Amino acid sequence: MINKSIASLAEAVADIKDGDTVMVGGFGEAGSPIELLHALIDHGAKNLTVVNNNTGSGHVGLAALIENRQVGKMICSFPRTANSTVFPDLYRNGDIELELVPQGTLAERIRAGGAGIPAFYTATSVGTPLAEGKEIRHFNGRDHVLEFGLTADFALIKSLSADRYGNLTYNKTARNFAPIMAMAAHTTVVQTQAQVDLGSIHPEHVITPGVFVNRVVTVPEPAYESQLVNAKRHYP
Amino acid sequence: MSKLNTSALEDVQTVTPWSRTQMAQRAALDIPDGSYVNLGIGIPEQVAQYIPAGREVIYHTENGLLGMGPPPAEDAVDPELINAGKRPITAIAGAAYFHHADSFAMIRGQHIDICVLGAMQISAKGDLANWSTGAPDAIPAVGGAMDLVAGVKTIFVITQHTTKPGEPKILHQCTYPLTGQAVVKRIFSDLAVIDVTDKGLVVTEMAPGVDLTYLQARTGATLTLQP
Repeated sequence: MINKSIASLAEAVADIKDGDTVMVGGFGEAGSPIELLHALIDHGAKNLTVVNNNTGSGHVGLAALIENRQVGKMICSFPRTANSTVFPDLYRNGDIELELVPQGTLAERIRAGGAGIPAFYTATSVGTPLAEGKEIRHFNGRDHVLEFGLTADFALIKSLSADRYGNLTYNKTARNFAPIMAMAAHTTVVQTQAQVDLGSIHPEHVITPGVFVNRVVTVPEPAYESQLVNAKRHYP
Repeated sequence: MSKLNTSALEDVQTVTPWSRTQMAQRAALDIPDGSYVNLGIGIPEQVAQYIPAGREVIYHTENGLLGMGPPPAEDAVDPELINAGKRPITAIAGAAYFHHADSFAMIRGQHIDICVLGAMQISAKGDLANWSTGAPDAIPAVGGAMDLVAGVKTIFVITQHTTKPGEPKILHQCTYPLTGQAVVKRIFSDLAVIDVTDKGLVVTEMAPGVDLTYLQARTGATLTLQP
């Protein structure tokens, strides 16, 4: 029998090792798996490479993971975020590495990684500092830059509903990077608001097919980053 | 870059620059019915308010929504329904949600018709710099700007004509790190509307009281008037 349900958040992240690459879903607070991130802080794995569009907000979630000095390197498109100086302070001190990637290139690198495509060419960033040192090839009358697919040991993502096969649906713009990160990670861990019976997600409405998902843990009322930031919460 | 000596000109001319709202209104006139449009953060966002009546325009936000509507009432905010500027929005009837790779396939696959962006510098060839001043202590952040300028069919820029200290933003060549090369099609500044063409920068309209001499004195690249 296939049942991807995991009883606790702690169990869901227990085998994340020092030095692992972890993709974290979310664009700003939309889709940010706050409870899984806090479980990872409790777990304590260090020297992680984290892939996310941003670097978190306030002193909770991803920003707290960075503040707790568990992240050695960020791969992201926009590390400046309102309400947070956690990343900028560490970056200016040389205490965290940054690989800055244009947002669409980041998405496509993750998608490619998940689809078994090791590299691709794109017109994005040609002629800019982000293309420096990269191979350029001319296709269809235009220069393109070589970019590499991105995979990860783990993905931590948030869904609206999940069944025991790991089929997922999302809430509005909280979907963002989650479906492609689920494809690109060796082990995909989902925090879902509701676990539902097989068949209750119509096959036409499944957004992430269960084959891309390994673990599902239920968090019925997830916290929103902005609420925690407004309440001046710090984690731990 | 040296500051320009323009005091002699100001003595004899009464210039009324376009306001930010008027710049957005002017850009809105150039968005045709049926367009799929991505609006940058800041003044470009205002363009949506001024699309002439009778035109149906669909707004794309790169974090995963086609059919973005206006901001919701305060009691109807969903923290997971936001735009690329991370502000609360709504979805119109007929909207679609999708993941990031699909969203940027729309951008990079040239399915979005028009993108309106802000600028730090624009070159005579349409190079755009709008993400970094290159200052050594700055935290570099690019977001989706490089994808948008490389992939969207038509790039409009809304910008003040000069910086606050009065230095030109439209230059022979950008000095800041580029966002993209030869990507800008049309510039809507507070002083003029300028097309980037094979023959250089062509001025098509000027704000009240502005003439070519006044405009050229505030521009770091050669301008010509539309014949």
